[in-house]
Amino acid sequence: MASIIKTLRPAVQRATTYTARPALRTAGARRIGQQHARPLSSTAQRRNEAVDISEIPPTPITHLSEIETAMADSVSKFASDIIGPKVREMDENEAMDPTVVEQLFEQGLMGVEIPEEYGGAGMNFTAAIVGIEELARVDPSVSVMVDVHNTLVNTAVLRYGSAELKKKWLPRLATDTVGSFCLSEPISGSDAFALATKATKTDSGYKISGGKMWITNSVEANFFIVFANLDHSKGYKGITAFVVEKGTKGFSIAKKEKKLGIKASSTCVLNFDDVEIPKGNLLGEEGQGYKYAIALLNEGRIGIAAQMTGLALGAFENAAKYVWNDRKQFGQLVGDFQGMQHQIAQSYTEIAAARALVYNAARKKEAGEDFVQDAAMAKLYASQVAGRVSGLAIEWMGGMGFVREGIAEKMWRDSKIGAIYEGTSNIQLTTIAKLLKKQYSTS
Amino acid sequence: MSALRILVPVKRVIDYAASSSSIALISHSKRKQQSNTPCFTGQTPRQQSPNGRRNGGVKHSMNPFDELSIEESVRIREKKSYPHGVSDIIAFTCGPPKSADILRTAMAMGADRSIHVETKDGDEIEPLSVAKLLRAVVDKEKVDLVVLGKQSIDDDAGQTGQMLAGLLGWAQATQASKVSFEGDGKGVVVEKEVDGGSETTRSNLPMVVTADLRLNEPRYASLPNIMKAKKKKIEKITAEELGVDLGKRLKTLKVIEPPPRQGGGKVEDVDGMISKLKELGAI
Repeated sequence: MASIIKTLRPAVQRATTYTARPALRTAGARRIGQQHARPLSSTAQRRNEAVDISEIPPTPITHLSEIETAMADSVSKFASDIIGPKVREMDENEAMDPTVVEQLFEQGLMGVEIPEEYGGAGMNFTAAIVGIEELARVDPSVSVMVDVHNTLVNTAVLRYGSAELKKKWLPRLATDTVGSFCLSEPISGSDAFALATKATKTDSGYKISGGKMWITNSVEANFFIVFANLDHSKGYKGITAFVVEKGTKGFSIAKKEKKLGIKASSTCVLNFDDVEIPKGNLLGEEGQGYKYAIALLNEGRIGIAAQMTGLALGAFENAAKYVWNDRKQFGQLVGDFQGMQHQIAQSYTEIAAARALVYNAARKKEAGEDFVQDAAMAKLYASQVAGRVSGLAIEWMGGMGFVREGIAEKMWRDSKIGAIYEGTSNIQLTTIAKLLKKQYSTS
Repeated sequence: MSALRILVPVKRVIDYAASSSSIALISHSKRKQQSNTPCFTGQTPRQQSPNGRRNGGVKHSMNPFDELSIEESVRIREKKSYPHGVSDIIAFTCGPPKSADILRTAMAMGADRSIHVETKDGDEIEPLSVAKLLRAVVDKEKVDLVVLGKQSIDDDAGQTGQMLAGLLGWAQATQASKVSFEGDGKGVVVEKEVDGGSETTRSNLPMVVTADLRLNEPRYASLPNIMKAKKKKIEKITAEELGVDLGKRLKTLKVIEPPPRQGGGKVEDVDGMISKLKELGAI
């Protein structure tokens, strides 16, 4: 008996270490074969080969490369000088100024990761994240346009598009064509794979019929990635991705939504009334759409998290400048009261924590490590911090925060969407819990 | 006539948007540690900026007047305003290792290559020394037009361009608000900002031009150009190699802050004003 225990011991010990130090667990192949798990957010699709980073000396998460720093500076300047003066007007008009879109293209912000040979900037994923954050400090509406275009649309074409699709569309997506990602429907949101839009094969290609809802960028976009089910009998394994151009017969925008926040970003209901598209507009392979959607949204989430940290920083800085320079009560700056200072300190600490999650998720993705849980945690927490800080910022500013001047109240309204799109907060929690359970359950 | 070779000197300074309190902090601590320095460039105390990734110092960037001179040079090329075109735009800086950042910015905006004379962090180089370095670079690189910012926003000396023109024996047009070229490839017409209006001057190349605020609106470096700038060359060269002694000739005796402003008074009417002026001995 004793000998049996003895022989078992090393294994027992290993098991103990295993659970006691989960952080050291290597990102291995444990997720393979999980790609069909239902809730949209839970699977890791590892496209990039893991980079060996064991020899690289660790640096602070806030450390950026020379290129990323240069980009942050340039985008920050552009955002405050060019977009800044238009933020209030665009929000009140509930419309994106077309010159802003034009300038985003001129700055190269719409093709951050598109390689140079296709007319893009050829930068890395974290550079895109930096840009999204810098834009959101000034206007989260502009930021989400750039985010969806870069992290969902461009990445989809880059990764899954045929050579012809890439050749035809990447140069345009980098220079003059806004893209849109059409997944949600009246009956499917968090349960994305319940989508009802139908695709049928024709002699020359495909025919799409159905409708999409809450589609970001749809007014400005000319290029739509549409998810439709090619064979409902196969369930979600029939879901396929297609490219639809604006102006294709049968495609129409039914209604533009009026929203609480990010008002300058367009959100519409789209109709597909027997829209016929050529064979070449198939994105990737038939029946693989659900995998693409999962992988793209897993990454896209880091972008939304960056949008939310940018928003929180923008709201924070706006209020901090006011309470420490302008507003005096009882003979001193309101920012000098301890009750205010503790709130300010707490808020900045939360922003810094959220940013650490965001940049860590981005770096893990770049290193080819499993980042699904990190992305979910980053998005969940960043959107919570954004809501909290932008709400407090209004209170710090008092009357000046409550009026529809400046950006204080707008940032708070804009923060709400962070808990909703690209996976609601509950979906993020479900994803995180599911992965944790996998890690800790012994059965 | 051949194509134009333009030299654009740039300087790394504390960002103009850096908050005044942080600047006060720097000039204060600087005065304590180095009483002979009249300005606040160079070493800065460690300070956390609102943006976590810029910690370790106050944000620095290119002197705004130098952005104008880079922009103007790139426009001369893009708009083909010089009849024989532009063959080379060289950005130059003399400063600490971190100054390489602004050379990258200059190249992302359109300069072709850069020259960096590296100094120690905290060293102050006087305008005459910089002008001598520039003269050496002009000779070495066969430059025929130097476009400088009219002054840097840290020490505000506003001397380098003029000294350089003097050393080279070239024509100079300072505080330019418009630069155009004549069809013969020699004549340069420059509108200058002067008190109460503008003055138009004409001279022949080679020449020194210093840029004023209204000259143009500098572009933002686009992302593809930031990537391209990474591949452009920065040539490092020492002052000795250029045969220039960077030793100081000036001695700062004292630095004081301007006295705080006294509050003004209001007068009721013209008579009140006259009697007030008499009281102050002004009339």
